[in-house]
Amino acid sequence: MHLKKLNFINFKNYEDFSLELAEKINCFVGYNGVGKTNVLDGIYYLSNCKSFFNPVDSQNIKEGEEFFVIEGVFSEENQNETIYCGVKKGRKKVFKKGKRSYEKLSEHIGYINTVMISPIDGNLILEGSDVRRKYIDHIISQYNPSYLQDLIKYNKVLAHRNALLKQFKESHTFESSSLEVWDDQLVPLAEKIYAIRKAFIEGFIPVFDKRYKKLSNGLEAPTFTYQSHLEDEDFKNKLKENQKKDRTVGYSTVGIHKDDYVFLLNDKPLKKFGSQGQQKTYLIALKLAHYDFISDKSFHKPILLLDDIYDKLDEKRIKQLMEAVLQKSFGQVFITDTDQNRLKNLFDGKEEVKVFQIANEIPKAIG
Amino acid sequence: MNIPSKVVEQAVEEFATLPSIGKRSALRFVLHLLKQDPSDLEDLAQAILKLKNDIIYCKSCSNISDKEICDICANLERDHQTICVVEDVRDVMALENTYQYKGLYHVLGGIISPMDGVGPQDLKIEELITRIKTQNIKEIIFALSATMEGDTTNFYIYKRLKDFDVKATVLSRGVAVGDELSYADEVTLGNSIKNRTVFEI
Repeated sequence: MHLKKLNFINFKNYEDFSLELAEKINCFVGYNGVGKTNVLDGIYYLSNCKSFFNPVDSQNIKEGEEFFVIEGVFSEENQNETIYCGVKKGRKKVFKKGKRSYEKLSEHIGYINTVMISPIDGNLILEGSDVRRKYIDHIISQYNPSYLQDLIKYNKVLAHRNALLKQFKESHTFESSSLEVWDDQLVPLAEKIYAIRKAFIEGFIPVFDKRYKKLSNGLEAPTFTYQSHLEDEDFKNKLKENQKKDRTVGYSTVGIHKDDYVFLLNDKPLKKFGSQGQQKTYLIALKLAHYDFISDKSFHKPILLLDDIYDKLDEKRIKQLMEAVLQKSFGQVFITDTDQNRLKNLFDGKEEVKVFQIANEIPKAIG
Repeated sequence: MNIPSKVVEQAVEEFATLPSIGKRSALRFVLHLLKQDPSDLEDLAQAILKLKNDIIYCKSCSNISDKEICDICANLERDHQTICVVEDVRDVMALENTYQYKGLYHVLGGIISPMDGVGPQDLKIEELITRIKTQNIKEIIFALSATMEGDTTNFYIYKRLKDFDVKATVLSRGVAVGDELSYADEVTLGNSIKNRTVFEI
């Protein structure tokens, strides 16, 4: 499946444009701040129903305007499907496949998969566990739709349980039967999610290892571990044991919402001991492994969104990567760069490559 | 909104407190009322006042009523061994309109939802347990919303019932009448096939 046509109206810095895209490789070039990344983010929107960068929909509307629309025509074996995303201030987001609006956005997840490689990936290493959890959840949701449903349910039960604990704390009361009905629902969901995350890690690590070794010439041993409260104890008991603590603090202190993934290189935490270069290689290997993993697990090859990869890779590795993406193992690819000659030279004369230059808020095909 | 009269403004404010009424609709009501005969307005005001003064809640099932025991609970033709548990009085009316149910009701007045600050103690759950204890009830039908909060309320009551010899049932969940099968979500469709019924004409 590839994106054939892309329309923006009032999305981020763009007023209105429509592009015909190449089936294989599309490059967006232009100076800093012209909106190259916004094009990739629009494609990410059509896949994930939200921005890669800013989760507040209304803040993605062009300044001074009331709404934005992103529309994409996706094509597979000459069958076209239009995906529409419309956001209007103060209204519910409208997301459509063909003529039909989705009742739940979660139903769309997994229909078109994307993998974004961006300079802000560094947050995966530097930030708290929630960023890593969200990323891994995002990968799993791309091939396992019921996982996302269970996760949404878990978070809702958890929110009720936390609200109840807070009420107990504030009113200095406690009623165990009220808490029990939430615990009884939380336990099976947590166990299911834990099992899926665990199985994911086991399947994913060899794929990741292969990618990393390819990029680093095989001298380092990367891995990551999954940490969870459900690891070594029955979760029902664990919840009971921590009930007193939960009541004191007024929220749930144990559960899969506290899981973490620790990135390791040669058995040492990457965050503390990895060099800049090692961290960047680690991240790009992670993302490419994500790509490989989803290609293998779902019907379609994901769309690869490469935002400013010169940030992560040197010229030689980029050349290797670009040679790889031209092969059959990759589907459609979108690339941004500030230097138009660099990409042009890289893909010199290749038919399956389209280059767009962005200036004055309009992307134009230049080759 | 600039309203030239304080009296009108106050009336608008009052109407705007009603569910799904905004200030514009409220103003339309008020201006309409201004044109009516004083006697009509008197009737309207009386009807509103009577709501609080004359309506009572049935002592048994908490349905709205004009008497201490509502017509449904007082009707000896109905099945007094079955109670259908509902969220509010609107659900009683909806179920009565089906003409399919001949048992009694129990209006909880809401469902358990800690996020909205509603716990079991805010609902008529104790009253329900008392009825089951004292009234020789054989079956409880859960007819609450098919949401997490509705299910949690069912579950809470069900746990409280375990010491009594009473059958608990729940409204069947499945494909809605008039729905195309391909548009039904997986959970609904899954339930429908699991709880399929014998075909009848």
